[in-house]
Amino acid sequence: MSAAPPSSLPRWADVVVLPAANLLAAFILSGLVVVAIGENPFQAMSILVTGAFGNAESIGYTLYYATNFVFTGLAVAIAFHAGLFNIGGEGQAYIGGLGVGLACLWLGGLLPAPIMVPVAILAGAAFGAAWATVPAYLQAYRGSHIVITTIMFNFIAASVMTYLMVNVLIKPGQQSPESHEFAAAATLPRLHEMAESFGLEMATSPLNLAFVWALLCAGWYHLFLWRTRWGYEIRAVGANETAAIYAGISPARITILVMAISGALAGFVALNELMGVHYRIILNFTGGYGFVGIAVALIGRNRALGICLASLLFGALYQGGSELSLDMPTVTRELVVVIQGLVILFCGALENVFRGRIAQLFRRLTPAAA
Amino acid sequence: MDTLLVLVSIIDATLRVATPLVLAALGGLYAERSGVVDIGLEGKMLGAAFAAAAVAAVSGSALLGLVAGVAVSVALALVHAYASVTHNGNQVVSGMAINIMVAGLAPTLGVAWFRQGGQTPQLAGDARFTPIDLPFARALESVPVVGQLYSEIISGHNLIVYIAAAAVPFSAWLVFRTRFGLRLRAVGENPHAVDTAGVSVADMRYRAMVLCGVLCGIAGAYLSTAHSAAFVRDMTAGKGYLALAALIFGKWKPWPTLTACLLFAFTDAVQVRLQGVPLPLVGVIPVQFIQAIPYILTVLLLAGFVGKAAAPRASGIPFVKDR
Amino acid sequence: MADQIKSEASPSVAAPAVELIGIDKRFGAVHANRAVSLRIAVGSIHGIIGENGAGKSTLMSILYGYYQADAGEIRIAGKPVHIGNSHDALAHGIGMVHQHFMLVDPFTVLENVMLGVEGGYLLAAGAAQARAELQRLQRDYKLEVDLDTPVGELPVGLQQRVEILKALYRGAQVLILDEPTGVLTPQEADHLFRILRALRDEGKTVILITHKLREILEVTDRVTVMRQGAVVAERATRDTTKEELAELMVGRKVLLRVEKSPAKPGPVVLEVRGLTVIDGAGVRRVKDVSFDVRAGEIVGIAGVSGNGQSELLEALSGIRRASSGTVKIKGSECGVTHTIDPRAMRALGLAHVPEDRQRMGLVTAFAINESAILGYHDDKRYNGPLLMDRDKIIDLCGRQMGDYDVRPPDPRLRTAALSGGNQQKVVLAREFDRDPELLLVGQPTRGVDIGAIEFIHRRLIAMRDAGKAVLLVSVELDEILSLADRILVMFDGRVVGEVAPAQATEQKLGLMMAGASEAAA
Repeated sequence: MSAAPPSSLPRWADVVVLPAANLLAAFILSGLVVVAIGENPFQAMSILVTGAFGNAESIGYTLYYATNFVFTGLAVAIAFHAGLFNIGGEGQAYIGGLGVGLACLWLGGLLPAPIMVPVAILAGAAFGAAWATVPAYLQAYRGSHIVITTIMFNFIAASVMTYLMVNVLIKPGQQSPESHEFAAAATLPRLHEMAESFGLEMATSPLNLAFVWALLCAGWYHLFLWRTRWGYEIRAVGANETAAIYAGISPARITILVMAISGALAGFVALNELMGVHYRIILNFTGGYGFVGIAVALIGRNRALGICLASLLFGALYQGGSELSLDMPTVTRELVVVIQGLVILFCGALENVFRGRIAQLFRRLTPAAA
Repeated sequence: MDTLLVLVSIIDATLRVATPLVLAALGGLYAERSGVVDIGLEGKMLGAAFAAAAVAAVSGSALLGLVAGVAVSVALALVHAYASVTHNGNQVVSGMAINIMVAGLAPTLGVAWFRQGGQTPQLAGDARFTPIDLPFARALESVPVVGQLYSEIISGHNLIVYIAAAAVPFSAWLVFRTRFGLRLRAVGENPHAVDTAGVSVADMRYRAMVLCGVLCGIAGAYLSTAHSAAFVRDMTAGKGYLALAALIFGKWKPWPTLTACLLFAFTDAVQVRLQGVPLPLVGVIPVQFIQAIPYILTVLLLAGFVGKAAAPRASGIPFVKDR
Repeated sequence: MADQIKSEASPSVAAPAVELIGIDKRFGAVHANRAVSLRIAVGSIHGIIGENGAGKSTLMSILYGYYQADAGEIRIAGKPVHIGNSHDALAHGIGMVHQHFMLVDPFTVLENVMLGVEGGYLLAAGAAQARAELQRLQRDYKLEVDLDTPVGELPVGLQQRVEILKALYRGAQVLILDEPTGVLTPQEADHLFRILRALRDEGKTVILITHKLREILEVTDRVTVMRQGAVVAERATRDTTKEELAELMVGRKVLLRVEKSPAKPGPVVLEVRGLTVIDGAGVRRVKDVSFDVRAGEIVGIAGVSGNGQSELLEALSGIRRASSGTVKIKGSECGVTHTIDPRAMRALGLAHVPEDRQRMGLVTAFAINESAILGYHDDKRYNGPLLMDRDKIIDLCGRQMGDYDVRPPDPRLRTAALSGGNQQKVVLAREFDRDPELLLVGQPTRGVDIGAIEFIHRRLIAMRDAGKAVLLVSVELDEILSLADRILVMFDGRVVGEVAPAQATEQKLGLMMAGASEAAA
């Protein structure tokens, strides 16, 4: 029958208590890892929190990281709603970066910023969408499994980008593969610079206009999925494909539509990274953000608000984690990757472990309800 | 240069690269034949590579390292089984979680324990698997062609290469000729049939995952204690996914999977040779293109453009008894 | 057979093959079995009859170890036993042929039979032994089937034989068959009954679960009637009648014919000519079918499930592409051979109540108000320029739920929270509410309780009387006989005949459904 959860929980418990319990379990295990490398987990925790939220500058960094995760989280989540698991966020972000970069390199000197930025957004969306549409097409019309195809496309994207960076886009005379620098019109202003121009004081950080775009995307995502007929069609295909066909909805069309949107959202990572921070195309600028999107979507329960909060959490982990690796020499930034893996494990694969127990607890606490 | 020498060195390189692929792909074969999709081959290999190198470095014994690698890999396989068999969790998510977790854990522990930037100390002597000379290899060296082939290609590999070579016929026998194999194949096609026949579905899937863990463990140990002499960050470099591609290419059967692994390994060996060398008609082929070939081929295969691949029907679907 | 029935009454004879004492089972709020007690004599065919949801399948699942009873005792050959799983059941000599076959399609017949009882670690040794034993069983019980064919390539009738072979090979003394004829043609069913009689004559015990009276009367020695989880009666088959069993099953006199006035057919609404449907596997499911449906009449399509009715409905509603033929609705050509577009069909005034509401008619994970616009979500009524008008959707859904007495009447609940009958009412309300010219209705009362059946039948008649053209597909002959104004019979993808209900009898229709003779029409 339907994929209904094995035991019913009140909605708020499903959205709040369950993710909290899963997160707690992931953090306790991470604490044990810290113990295993001979450090004090409580001290590590406190450095991490201070590092992420201790002052205005660190908050800026936290939000800068969170921006990437909002994009990739939304990308994974919208595909989930159509019943598709898009593991290709990493590759789509990478190729999206190619689109953004090419637009900025070619047009940066020609167009003024108010036109250049929307053009770059469109280019990133188009390239990311195109890279996601191929696996979508193959799933919809040739029956290949999208999980495997998107994994393969991550590797192919990496090969394509390495080739282009090393052989085509590299700035002549450069040792490491980097492109020419973008023109000023093709960069996104930092928020502290914008605040300054309004006479406001703000700590210096890489936080830039892409952050605002990420929040706009999250708002759009919510309205699109829950309040438009296209969102209705996407959710119908995800929940019951046969019923969707009966209703005249083409699952193949929806697969391609939703993957194109997913790829476009992933492609926006490049706005934050390339136009907001590096001002050029560099190798591996996606740095695993596409995979973090999976964790973000899982904890955020595929809802816009949840994804924003989960992105904040991971932004804090990334920022706090780098502070931690400075303060504790035995701790590396990879500790954050461990936490990320554990979060995916508990919130995604093991979510049913706690569901039953918590449902039991609720029944005991509210005996009158049954 | 002597053509035979070039050929021998390419074949040698092919076998070296193919060994971990074969082992991991066969591990994936057991998992997927039992109905459990496992994209966590990569993570299990990486975890085993770290554990094997760490234990070998501390104990000085490659064999102890191998045991540790297998133990870690089996433990990870059991986590995957616990999530996807016992709790009907999403198998792709679980595999992904294991890959990411290990990618973080290995360098984290490596830095803390060995203070060499995430690497393990260089292994030497008994802490590494060294080449084994088969009987008469030296004696036959001078016999042209046959003797050369025997001494250069068949002889002189380390223990794990021979384990991988033996694992293929063994797996073919186990999967298609034994009771275990019959039940394994059945449970991946229609677990309800197995359940009503009085055989435990969960039990079969756990056993398959243990086998998968053992094979990935050996593959991981090979990387850090036989192929290289230390654990390096991200040393699997996508080999787990490549093994998955080979498994699909081999249509979930041992011998064709071996062929796919050899093919992928061969392109890798040739690519190293071809770097910067112009070929007639096509000129210089970019390295990146050759590296991407296995992935492109797998995509084309899955899309039915070159042949057809159908996975075991129940793979990826949790077994739930319905009313 | 007669002796066995008599002897069972006397306590001196051997213990019954199976005895269930006070079996009780709940699934949450559902009381599936209420203190069920049952004795089944050795060497008999014992029928258990009841409506869908009467608790027959649950009871047998408990006997086969699939579920554990909350209370009660199982005795096999007089000894109390514990059956914790299917392994235990097999060990006690109980075999089961499930409604949905438990076969591994790519495996050969031999491999399927051996699965679980391979006779040693290596297959080769066990296979030779199994082959010999199976050949003996095939001879003894007329269970011919090629042992080396993959079962996926066998027709369903033969697949069922494989299931029986599996049970016998495992030494089953008691064989449970759960609705075994649902997928069979009448000839295949007759062959099955011959096999069952042969099994009984060899001393095996057969338990037949069914909701079909004909089968009970034809093949069983004794029959137990279940209703709402409890045993309501037990009879020797020869001492009972179809009417008595039907009354016991539903608990009151059955209204076999719904009150209705004669039809007043108007102009042709649906015109089907030479429609042929070929499925993805290349099988011709619908073969050159032609018929008309007029305004103000109900045309019933009778047939054993799987003879092309589902594919016909899907082609007419635009879900499946037809290979050739034409379909006209009110004179306009629908182009069913080149487009697959349920929306376009709806726009022409067609509404479709699909055969399977959970698989096709609803999205159980959606709120009821979202399920209530499935297929009409593009409608101007529900949409603003960009966003959907959620308040209006909930409003309209609430009104529909009131009209059709859906309980509980809360449009914000999840669709899955409704019972089967109430879910079906949501589908009917959605489709009828459009005031369609043409109504396609598939299995409208499958898995629906008696009260809701009457309600649904009255609504269908009301639609007819309002001048709508109705095409009704049902495998329930009673439903066709009581609702249809004209009856078409489908067999093997063809319409093999048309009968007026006044001339139709179950026997006559049954013969046609079996493809016995078109001359009978």
